[in-house]
Amino acid sequence: MSGVVVAPGRSAGGAAARARWGRGLHRAAPVLLALVLVGAWQAVVVVAEVPAYLLPSPLAILGELVDFLPTIASAALVTGTNALVGLVLGSVVAIAAAVLASAVRTVDALLNPVVAGLAVVPIVALAPVLYTMYGASVETGRQIVVAVAVAVPVFVTTLRGLRQVRPVHRDLMRAYAATPRQAIRAVTIPTALPFVFTGLRLASSLAVISAIVAEYFGGPRSGIGSFITTAAAGSNYARAWAYVLGGVVVGLLFYGATTALERWGTPGARR
Amino acid sequence: MTAAAVQVTDVGRVFAGERTVTALEHVDLTVGAGEFVSLIGPSGCGKSTLLRLIADLDQPTSGAISVFGRPAEQARLAHDYGIAFQQAGLLPWRTVRANIELPLSLHGVGRGARRERADEMLALVGLTDFAEHFPDQLSGGMQQRVAIARALAERPSLLLMDEPFGALDEMTRERLQSELVRICAETQAAVVFVTHSIPEAVFLSDRVVVMSARPGRIAGIVDVGLGRAGERGDDLREDGAYFAAVTAVREALHGGASAVPARGVETR
Repeated sequence: MSGVVVAPGRSAGGAAARARWGRGLHRAAPVLLALVLVGAWQAVVVVAEVPAYLLPSPLAILGELVDFLPTIASAALVTGTNALVGLVLGSVVAIAAAVLASAVRTVDALLNPVVAGLAVVPIVALAPVLYTMYGASVETGRQIVVAVAVAVPVFVTTLRGLRQVRPVHRDLMRAYAATPRQAIRAVTIPTALPFVFTGLRLASSLAVISAIVAEYFGGPRSGIGSFITTAAAGSNYARAWAYVLGGVVVGLLFYGATTALERWGTPGARR
Repeated sequence: MTAAAVQVTDVGRVFAGERTVTALEHVDLTVGAGEFVSLIGPSGCGKSTLLRLIADLDQPTSGAISVFGRPAEQARLAHDYGIAFQQAGLLPWRTVRANIELPLSLHGVGRGARRERADEMLALVGLTDFAEHFPDQLSGGMQQRVAIARALAERPSLLLMDEPFGALDEMTRERLQSELVRICAETQAAVVFVTHSIPEAVFLSDRVVVMSARPGRIAGIVDVGLGRAGERGDDLREDGAYFAAVTAVREALHGGASAVPARGVETR
């Protein structure tokens, strides 16, 4: 199946070494680019004497990051926990709703306008309302914001996945006289899973962003978002950027975890 | 005497809708045990519909169908037949082996017996080396062989095939035809085989059922009589009797001596 093409007149060993070098370069390229960009950033800030409120230098941000590492880490943990709780809660509800909607036509008809409504409501804007409902000293409001934000993409992708069963597979299940339960296990769920995972991957970034932004609207001063606003309000711009970096790390972790989950959950090298 | 593999009695199928379509009308057909029968005809002549009725994937609006002496539905529930479609229809998330084992696992066959049977089937279709591959890693012809292995996994006495080689290139197609002839000789299963291709129908079949379109009915039945499946080889494709049978089927398709080619029938 695999074809290794070796250019005529060249030694296979040389080609392999070149291929290895090419692959290494391919992987190193984005890292190099990032280093060059950060270097340029530092140079511009130093040479042009850019004021810190406009753009702090990477070295200043790094300094704040090192100084405040414990605070940033604990803030990241709070925001990450909120995002995770909301992601799990919203996904469970959304998947259950999608299963119901795919099975019962009436539920589908009932849920459609609700989901359309949820999709257009600026959910983080609800945060202040939720803080008054649940009290401004608990994280519940933020977790609910995340859950609502996450539910829409997970619901839409899951429902779509549940409707992808190919007619030939349906015929096959009938020809084998499979029970509805067997058909769901053998065909419906495996067909839907890649769609569910894609929905979760989309939702994971959304969860972190919603968790951070919800903190901008009040509530306990505990997460990345609250510290970004505090630092910026206190003119500690480099520190604010250091907290943003913390948020980026949380987002990457979520994205990486759901991507790994997706790969694990779709055997057969599909898509 | 044992019951016929398939007994179709005065069957009609009408699709109701904005425009009522009569897909089949007054169809009578008997397929004996171990007999290979092809259904051939222009597009829309209802040959696939007839196959789906025999498989109980669809119900006739009139008439009756029995499979090994019982109604089609009971035959389906008793797993009396194996089936293969134009699309291989493999489950892409299962390996080749797990795909072949699918009907066995659905019907509660134990793991050891399943494995053993899958090994036999893999050997039969020449895919032993590909047992752990996923369908997407195989060519179209190989996928179709997996589908045939799956259809044969439960040792059915009846095999229903709906243009299984329709999407394949000519060379692969001829090779799979030869393989199918060999497999049928080994398994002694009766086969109902839907096809567009006259040479394919003649090469494979004991009898070729020629159908006409709108409404779909049987226009004629050609007894090919080229010998039992086990005796057929590739040299048969250049035999005089083979060409005579091809001509006979073609003439039946075109309604006697008429030279107008029927639409949707490949004469290659």
